[in-house]
Amino acid sequence: MPTQEAGKPYSTLALRSPEELMFGRVPKPVSCGYGLQLGAGAVYPELNFTLPTMLIEEESWSSIVNQYDELGEMIRRTAKRLHLPGLMIEFELLPPMTERPEWGAEITRVLDSHLKKAHEVDGLPCALRVTPTDIRDAIRPPLLRTGTEWETLRASFEACAEAGAHVLSIESVGGKELNDEAMMYGDVEGVMFALGVLAPRDMQFLWKEIVSICTAHGVVPGGDSACGFANTAMQLSSQGMLPEVFAAMVRGASAVRSLVAYECGAFGPSKDCAYEGPILKAITGAPIAMEGKSASCAHFSPVGNVAAAMCDLWSNESVQNVRLLSGPAPEAFLELLTYDCRLFNAALSTGSERIYQRMLVESDIHLSAQALVLSPESTIRIASAIVRERTHYRQTIAAASEALHVIRDAVRNKTLALAPKEHQWLDKIESALVALPAGEGGIMDSMIDRYGHLFTPSSYGL
Amino acid sequence: MKELQELAEQLINGYSDHVARLTQELLDKGATPQTILNEGLVAGMTVVGERMRSGEMYLPEVLQSASAMHASLKILKPHLVRDGVESRGKILMGTVKGDMHDIGKNLVGIMLEGAGYEIVDLGLNVQAQKFVEAIQTHKPAILGLSAMLTTTMLHMKTTIDAITQAGVRANVKILVGGAPVSQKFADEVGADAYARDAVKAVDKVKELLAA
Repeated sequence: MPTQEAGKPYSTLALRSPEELMFGRVPKPVSCGYGLQLGAGAVYPELNFTLPTMLIEEESWSSIVNQYDELGEMIRRTAKRLHLPGLMIEFELLPPMTERPEWGAEITRVLDSHLKKAHEVDGLPCALRVTPTDIRDAIRPPLLRTGTEWETLRASFEACAEAGAHVLSIESVGGKELNDEAMMYGDVEGVMFALGVLAPRDMQFLWKEIVSICTAHGVVPGGDSACGFANTAMQLSSQGMLPEVFAAMVRGASAVRSLVAYECGAFGPSKDCAYEGPILKAITGAPIAMEGKSASCAHFSPVGNVAAAMCDLWSNESVQNVRLLSGPAPEAFLELLTYDCRLFNAALSTGSERIYQRMLVESDIHLSAQALVLSPESTIRIASAIVRERTHYRQTIAAASEALHVIRDAVRNKTLALAPKEHQWLDKIESALVALPAGEGGIMDSMIDRYGHLFTPSSYGL
Repeated sequence: MKELQELAEQLINGYSDHVARLTQELLDKGATPQTILNEGLVAGMTVVGERMRSGEMYLPEVLQSASAMHASLKILKPHLVRDGVESRGKILMGTVKGDMHDIGKNLVGIMLEGAGYEIVDLGLNVQAQKFVEAIQTHKPAILGLSAMLTTTMLHMKTTIDAITQAGVRANVKILVGGAPVSQKFADEVGADAYARDAVKAVDKVKELLAA
């Protein structure tokens, strides 16, 4: 798949209008795994599961492997029962599985063998996404480019690629050590520095490495997620700790750092928890995974329907392998996702996709600023603002500003109501963005003074 | 006293400079450090806590108030030490072994600090033995344990077991929290209390210290 000029910020949109942004369709479909085509006219489930309450230790390891083996069996059985036309499985490593690369590789092999059988015996198009844990922040300040954690993370990617991963992804954390603190204090300048200066630098370093591993092993470099940034903001907002407009602003701004993976050669599918996915899709034309209402097993959100409006994979984020009345929770959620996907695909095959998409969008965007910024119209506005700028720092500020403009326009048009305190914060964030220096050089010294205790400049090549 | 009320109001508004100036003025006028602490700062932070619970204040505003409290405490501290006034309580906290999530724990720490407690934060991925040693060294009234994963939360139990085996369990009350943690789990692992968020954690600490 052609990428744009390596390492350079995107300057054009792959999809130029909201009408072009549709679930199940992208300009640049991706083939992966055992005959799975993504973005070529259908939406498929992406199932992810995690372990129930237990420790991951030498003594428990064989029972853990057995759990994944049983889940592999379940996937085959359920796919047949539900006549699934295609499936992505995500294996998101837990920290000990990344710290011991051979453990992550062992589970990867187990799951791959089941998917291979499902394809060869049952004819199921399917693929396995493997997501090592970014363990580089096990120490604070994190050492991102050197040291045991980085070496181990790299080894984990290598081992999982060798063991049969079809897509590699990560939820990387560069810049999060500062972003967490800045968000808690409502420091817009700090958030812009974390998302627009630090995070893109780490993404460039990390994704060049991941893409090189993927190229060497014939694996698809999927994409990254701003989960640790924008989903943290979403959760803080849902707990009443941050204004919703702040979380919506962070969502828009976070797309720039996630885009860097594509600048370095990733070509999708993006990660499910990357709610910034529609912006990535509009700019890159690559397929995206999304999650919403059917991921309430993992976390709550105000974007349950709108998140589905442009997805190419539809995910449950993660569910514990516990027993429900119907059966194992992962099986219940695979069924749920399957029915969700049947609706997407029936809409596409009957020419009703615009109506269905509009229902998904309209049902959420008048109730939440965070939902509003995920609509196809908002997506194109924010994506356009990004590609008009030439540096990651400027792009991040532009995305944040446009997200706020989208909200302000909706308030003006009376299609979104904000609480008085949210209005105050909207003004406050806008003023802070306007006051930022034009170039990142103008922010560097003050940020090192304010947050120097939290991050190591050399980890970012500074 | 009108000045104490003004101090509390400025603290609620998060004006550090004003709070520091008023603290000095109150001391100069002969107010005791303990009166300033209890009737000005703690009274103000109590209102801040209530407003956060009711959704009238967001975290950044709460933290501004906490910063204002620190500005005042910086001036008051030598006087409080001289008068033998003890802190509201020392709290040791950390994220358990294997867990790299710390924003929730950090939030709890900041909120407790803002409420006037002394915090010793051991950070993330903390081994059970390190908690034991820290209890012996710092002698906290409360230990706060955090976990975000189903595959690390059982280290709360191994930590509490290690504390019990070291013979220091009776010296400290244990509060647990984190996304997968529940009251039932807290009971099962032998914790004294569970808090579902940072605001509740402050309430629980008050309850535990009053018990």
